[in-house]
Amino acid sequence: MKLRLPKRRAKYLGQMINPERFHKSQIKFYLILLPILLVMMLPIVFIISHAFKPLDELYAYPPKFFPSRLTLDNFKQLIKATSQTGVPFSRYLFNSILVAILVILFSLLFGSLAAFAFSFLEFKGKKVIFGANQIAIMFVAVAVAVPRYIVMSRLGIINSFFAHIIPLIAIPVGVFLLKQFMDQIPRELYDAAKIDGANKLQIYFRVILPLVKPALATIAILAFQSAWNNTETSQLFINDEALKTLPYYFGSLTLGTSSIAAQGISAAASLIIFLPNIVLFIILQRNVMNTMAHSGLK
Amino acid sequence: MSIKSPETIISKTGLKKSINTSGFFVLPYVIFFFTFVILLILISVMLSFTYYDTINFPHFIGLRNYINLLTQDTDFMQFALPTTIKYALIVGPGGYLLSFILAWILAQIPHRSRTVAAIIIYSPALTSGVLMTVVWRVVFAGDNRGYLNNLLLNMGVINAPVQWLQDPKTITLIMLFVGLWSSMGIGFLAMLSGILNINKEIYEAAYIDGLKNRWQEIFYITIPSMKPQMLFGMVMAIVSTFNASGIAAALTLSTPPPQLAGWLIVDHMNDFGFGRYEMGYASALSVVLVLMVLLFSRIAKRLFGGDNE
Repeated sequence: MKLRLPKRRAKYLGQMINPERFHKSQIKFYLILLPILLVMMLPIVFIISHAFKPLDELYAYPPKFFPSRLTLDNFKQLIKATSQTGVPFSRYLFNSILVAILVILFSLLFGSLAAFAFSFLEFKGKKVIFGANQIAIMFVAVAVAVPRYIVMSRLGIINSFFAHIIPLIAIPVGVFLLKQFMDQIPRELYDAAKIDGANKLQIYFRVILPLVKPALATIAILAFQSAWNNTETSQLFINDEALKTLPYYFGSLTLGTSSIAAQGISAAASLIIFLPNIVLFIILQRNVMNTMAHSGLK
Repeated sequence: MSIKSPETIISKTGLKKSINTSGFFVLPYVIFFFTFVILLILISVMLSFTYYDTINFPHFIGLRNYINLLTQDTDFMQFALPTTIKYALIVGPGGYLLSFILAWILAQIPHRSRTVAAIIIYSPALTSGVLMTVVWRVVFAGDNRGYLNNLLLNMGVINAPVQWLQDPKTITLIMLFVGLWSSMGIGFLAMLSGILNINKEIYEAAYIDGLKNRWQEIFYITIPSMKPQMLFGMVMAIVSTFNASGIAAALTLSTPPPQLAGWLIVDHMNDFGFGRYEMGYASALSVVLVLMVLLFSRIAKRLFGGDNE
């Protein structure tokens, strides 16, 4: 049997979205993309090249984009330099890492527990709380620094290590994404586990959590970003130099000066802050894309 | 989570009954959510009707903060408000449109090159704004050592180096550029995966039904099929633009920047709150900001959510 298709169909190259392999019809897209990618990449390439530039080339005229000689001097200076109060680099690094780990742990644990309840359990006020959470995605965190200060001083966590962690634990967009992801899991799975005699916590821990790993990875990235890049806490809520974190320290080292020598150190600092972000994203990007498919707001 | 097993811990502590209630699951999150999101907004609203200098107990002054804001605060009316709206209107929809276009283009190329390109496009959103300014300060430096000046001098476009970071006009332009550059964040990823997850059969059917070209495909199939992701992307775009602060100050190394160029509402608020300790007035500013975000999101919802409300 021969199917007769209208002439137009002959031109149709099958579905062109999400192609399996390269086709010459894609060349035009590459041509548009290349200059854009270049602009997007340039500042980051610049940070990298600047971070490894020796001092004399920072002063060079005309300015050279790529260094002719690579050096670790900028990084060495950054690590050797200590703040006026004598707190060493390693202390800030330690604080930053510990804060990031604790924020990730608590936001994942509390966030996934709540998302599980929003997705699988019935309880009073569920709609209201989830609705509030959904509106809170629009929360402008920087706008409420004043009340945040008041609440934290009432809780007695100003100038303590908790100040870094506690305000960052609730991530409304994270709980939203997790709940949407859990909504894709067939209800039969939950019911079957229940019939087998598992209680809610067992179902959450043994059945549901393993299935939502991509979403957990995504929340971990969001939590990491909010903790690792945070300078506000160190700036406003911490007085004790030894309790402050890396981005704040870098900022205080370099932001105040416009000298050319500081540029190399600045670039090295930016690179140290930026690298863990991008590495984590590259490792987990498949999970993130998987989660984002369920990100839709209605 | 290296603990042995949550069940053993809980049965030991005698919590067995309480773990089967929904409250056990929701409460930990809700406590933090309430304290550090809802409560903060409530306090902001309350403080906005008071005078509060952080030392004495706040006293009620009615609408005076708001009246001052509208009638006395020329810095707010002339600089912070228009700059914030300008920034939000250009970087918000601009970044959003760019996100969609780039996501659509990326969907047209095979997986491997798409992944690399997506990482490159997303990476600026990962840079923490203020630390990144070292790049912009060197690129836009006012002497002939600045990359842009050097390039333009060599090309003969300009005769003398331009003071990019002194002139309010160019400061604002640079700020907008930096904002757009870093605007392809989580919303961009949502839209990309939204496009990739549209069922291919829908396209096939549409072409059989007489879809003629790719423009029709975008407007009749792609966008309607990924409306929820479009809305999510829109909300993320709005939030990230209103969260921006301190860019101009970091670029010019002075707070406030020359002639208050690039001065955003958040900058103005921080200035009053933590510079002058006028917490009541700063709170009124933050209420205005939150209202603006809600208004913009409303408009976005009208455009994309429509059918659900």
